[in-house]
Amino acid sequence: MSVLVLIPPALQKFTNNQAKFECSAGNVNDLISVLEDECPGIKSRLCNESGQIRQFVNFYVNSEDIRFLEGAETALKDGDEVSIVPAVAGG
Amino acid sequence: MTQATATQTFTPTFTKLVSKEGGVEYPLEARYVCEETFSPLEVAYDYEAIRRQVSREKIQAGPNSIWRYKAFLPVATDNVIDVGTGMTPLVKSTRLARRLGLKNLYIKNDAVNMPTLSFKDRVVSVALSRARELGFTTVSCSSTGNLANSTAALAAYAGLDCCVFIPADLEAGKILGTLIYNPTVIAVKGNYDQVNRLCSEIANTYDWGFVNINLRPYYSEGSKTLGFEVAEQLGWKLPDHIVAPLASGSLYTKIYKGFQEFIKVGLVDDKTVRFSGAQAEGCSPIATAFSEGRDFIKPVKPNTIAKSLAIGNPADAVYALDIARKTGGQVESVNDTEIIEGIKLLAETEGIFTETAGGTTIAVLKKLVEARKIDPEETTVVYITGNGLKTQEAVSGYIGEPLTIEPKLESFERALERSRTLERLEWQQVLV
Repeated sequence: MSVLVLIPPALQKFTNNQAKFECSAGNVNDLISVLEDECPGIKSRLCNESGQIRQFVNFYVNSEDIRFLEGAETALKDGDEVSIVPAVAGG
Repeated sequence: MTQATATQTFTPTFTKLVSKEGGVEYPLEARYVCEETFSPLEVAYDYEAIRRQVSREKIQAGPNSIWRYKAFLPVATDNVIDVGTGMTPLVKSTRLARRLGLKNLYIKNDAVNMPTLSFKDRVVSVALSRARELGFTTVSCSSTGNLANSTAALAAYAGLDCCVFIPADLEAGKILGTLIYNPTVIAVKGNYDQVNRLCSEIANTYDWGFVNINLRPYYSEGSKTLGFEVAEQLGWKLPDHIVAPLASGSLYTKIYKGFQEFIKVGLVDDKTVRFSGAQAEGCSPIATAFSEGRDFIKPVKPNTIAKSLAIGNPADAVYALDIARKTGGQVESVNDTEIIEGIKLLAETEGIFTETAGGTTIAVLKKLVEARKIDPEETTVVYITGNGLKTQEAVSGYIGEPLTIEPKLESFERALERSRTLERLEWQQVLV
């Protein structure tokens, strides 16, 4: 199974400047681990010291904010699109 | 012969972008997020340079617009977009003040801001001036309506291509008030937070100047002028208390920054101004976090007539909460019925027709007075940020109707008598 991850420019230096990343993961937490394995260093940008997703980082699964789903436990299935977006725009 | 070239008449005072968490520094480019902490970037200034450039007299002799405060704004050239934005009236309230039992209430009336009748003209004037300096030829935004109006109008004035994104269910006046300037308008089937998320993704791949995304550090500085003007219009004094609407929290935090900057360069005396914020119950993540004592928000799905405040995932919430707490202010919310009553109350007592955001702010002002959170003696400024003609749907059905008559004196007299009777009945119901 495969999910497509949209990587914002602020993180693309970890993904060889790629804006899209495909991988397999069972939920958002797993996805962050997989990303860290493939792109070392990226987790420390996404999560704070205690491993929680940083307050200025938003994760969306198929356009829905994971805070309206199961947070970092939100399950992922084949074909899902995960978007990582800085939470500091708009208004 | 003197050459008519554009000679620089001032030295820019902004020096870099700095992340609000961690203080990481970045050059003055179109960027808005710290690559290390993901936190927002803020424009930093050389305040000694500003202090050398400004005085009360020089500001007063400047343009009758936000550009009288240019030394405090992030632009590098003389070629700014000045269509008379800002310097809107600060009205000393008499009838609303009396109704609420306040002695020193002022209304900052951006319902008549130029050119598109909301405070957004301030931020967009700054953002598009900076966009031109950075070489953008297309500008864009994600908007709840007012920002789209302003971006489209000022892009038209500046000759920039424009593509704006709005939620598809906006008020008709806000959609028409954008389309008239002939930009590309993309109506997204979703709420503002979804529009904003989409625009953040689009901004990654299109080389456009999104005023509230990649230009946001510059754009948001424009709201400081709402602080500067109030201080100047009060006779170079800060008020005791302000009440402002909260959507993303940006306006509120920048009014605070404006007051702090005036103190820093010696234009006003230092003093703590209490900052209170207004939200609609149907979208009150900041008010909820405030009342629950949290320093972070839980995002919500908005459901309110106050569409211009309907941001369920506000970017500057954490900073707004901090300011409310450290200044001793309050963050309150009101329901849609109270919002409509707020719009009517301001119209009937002050002759100012505001939109739903203003109705929210007036209703929260009233709620704070009733809860004795505002001292009747203190100088209170309430910020009215938008115009009621844009959100007519919100109040139609809750206001009177014209008395339709035949073109005859007798018909008029009958209608007048009927309306006076109705008025008397209404008075009996009002507890004043």
